[in-house]
Amino acid sequence: MNAITPSTSLLPARAGLGLKPEHVGEILDTEPDVGFFEVHAENYMGDGGAPHRALGEIVARYPLSLHGVGLSIGAERPLDTAHLGRLRALIDRYRPRSFSEHLAWSTHESGFLNDLLPLPYTASTLRRVADHVDQVQQAVGRQMLLENPSTYILFEDSTIHEIDFLERVAARTGCGLLLDVNNVMVSAVNHRADPFAYIDRFPVERVGEIHLAGYDETMDGAGDRLLIDAHGSPVSDDVSALYRHTIDRAGPLPTLIEWDNDVPAFPVLLAEAARAEAVLDSAKSWRDGRLARRA
Amino acid sequence: MTMDQSAFAAALLDPSLPVPAGVTCARGEPDATRFSVYRNNVVASLSRALGERFPVVRRLVGDEFFNGMARAFLTVSLPRSPVIFAYGDTFPDFVAGFAPAAALPYLADTARLEANWTRAYHAADATPLPVERLLAIAPERLAGIRLSPHPAVALARSDFAIGTIWQAHQAEVVGSMIVAASESVLVTRPAFDVRVHVVPPADGVFADSVLRGETLGEAAATAFARHPDFDFGHALLGLASLGAFADSPLQGDPA
Repeated sequence: MNAITPSTSLLPARAGLGLKPEHVGEILDTEPDVGFFEVHAENYMGDGGAPHRALGEIVARYPLSLHGVGLSIGAERPLDTAHLGRLRALIDRYRPRSFSEHLAWSTHESGFLNDLLPLPYTASTLRRVADHVDQVQQAVGRQMLLENPSTYILFEDSTIHEIDFLERVAARTGCGLLLDVNNVMVSAVNHRADPFAYIDRFPVERVGEIHLAGYDETMDGAGDRLLIDAHGSPVSDDVSALYRHTIDRAGPLPTLIEWDNDVPAFPVLLAEAARAEAVLDSAKSWRDGRLARRA
Repeated sequence: MTMDQSAFAAALLDPSLPVPAGVTCARGEPDATRFSVYRNNVVASLSRALGERFPVVRRLVGDEFFNGMARAFLTVSLPRSPVIFAYGDTFPDFVAGFAPAAALPYLADTARLEANWTRAYHAADATPLPVERLLAIAPERLAGIRLSPHPAVALARSDFAIGTIWQAHQAEVVGSMIVAASESVLVTRPAFDVRVHVVPPADGVFADSVLRGETLGEAAATAFARHPDFDFGHALLGLASLGAFADSPLQGDPA
């Protein structure tokens, strides 16, 4: 019998890039050695045209990660079943190696707010999020990864630590986790916590993918550091160090470079991917060396 | 104090409201600067989405005016779905009634043209009706035929030169132009590239009727009544060659 590959590890443990329309021609012409590409699901929910043609060409050459930004899993209101249907159709069409969404909410009765909004961590929000994750996995017919958020505020009625919250959702639903290391840094600085301690407590065995990105920095009303999850610059040195710490602890994991605003020329993204890939390579050679000594 | 998402959403959209109850930070107190990050994200991301869909409107009014208009729009019309490229279908109507833009009477119709462009870009793929199929139809049968619109086709008819305006603003430098001239603008996407064509006024009337499901005979009569110089064959073959019709069975065609 062959071992069953857990679906959390279907993306290769390599560096991947977000796919931007302005880079598609160059990618197809040069076929660079990139571990995988990730797209935002909502950008491919039209009926046809150039976006689907491009994605079809990419999927023929590279592993795909599908990343949703609009499901509003943390909302008080029910999930949008029409949106679940669109996701199902995309997953059936392109067979991504990974499907992920956020621990956040974005839809309210007044409409879609187009931001990843935070929620308190309580017994009742835990129940709601787990119910929604169950519903998503049923609707799309596969496991999903749930991503830790970057946040700028806290809630007085939160009673559960974010890591425990994510772990309990994963334990109850069987979902995997997406560990956004930049989000860990942003939230830790914003809430006076230790980002390395966060990584040390995180259930890395449930992680199917890592995200890296650049942040912006400002100050809050009292002059405290306030980091903003901006996705518009290179991965910062402190996040790179936290990433190395993560990989030291967890071993090599699929790692996405997110750069969604002020998108640079493609070679700049390739250089960012190469930096992450070097961390993954050193972890792999350390692991392989250990296995060789054991044999 | 329990956070409720309705109060949170209301405070996001109305900067005159205080930070919602139950929101705090590591110092144990609410911080308006922190909450305003979310406010800015919502307004800036939706304004950016509108600016990407309506780049010519944005250039016509400038970034500052556009962002003010976008903010006024999003306050009353948030997206109905997370498919953000579809946001702004009702923006042209909003622009038409936006009093501060009244000095630019062509703005709303320019927005209609840009909305049509995005819909065409994302429309279902379909082969356009080959002109040869039309040429093969016996002339006496043509009048009874109804053609299926191509999924990407859209027509915008305006009292202003919106096609000329749109075309001029595809370039870095925009010269002067006469805007007070009626234009009918057809958007098509025969394959993957969206095309924008200014068609003669009579052909615009004809196209409007055909795309609304009238027979070719009915549509031609409507066009003749308004424009006695209407050239039926030229208009029909012209529209077909631009990709206005889908290659589906011709209704009313006994062949």
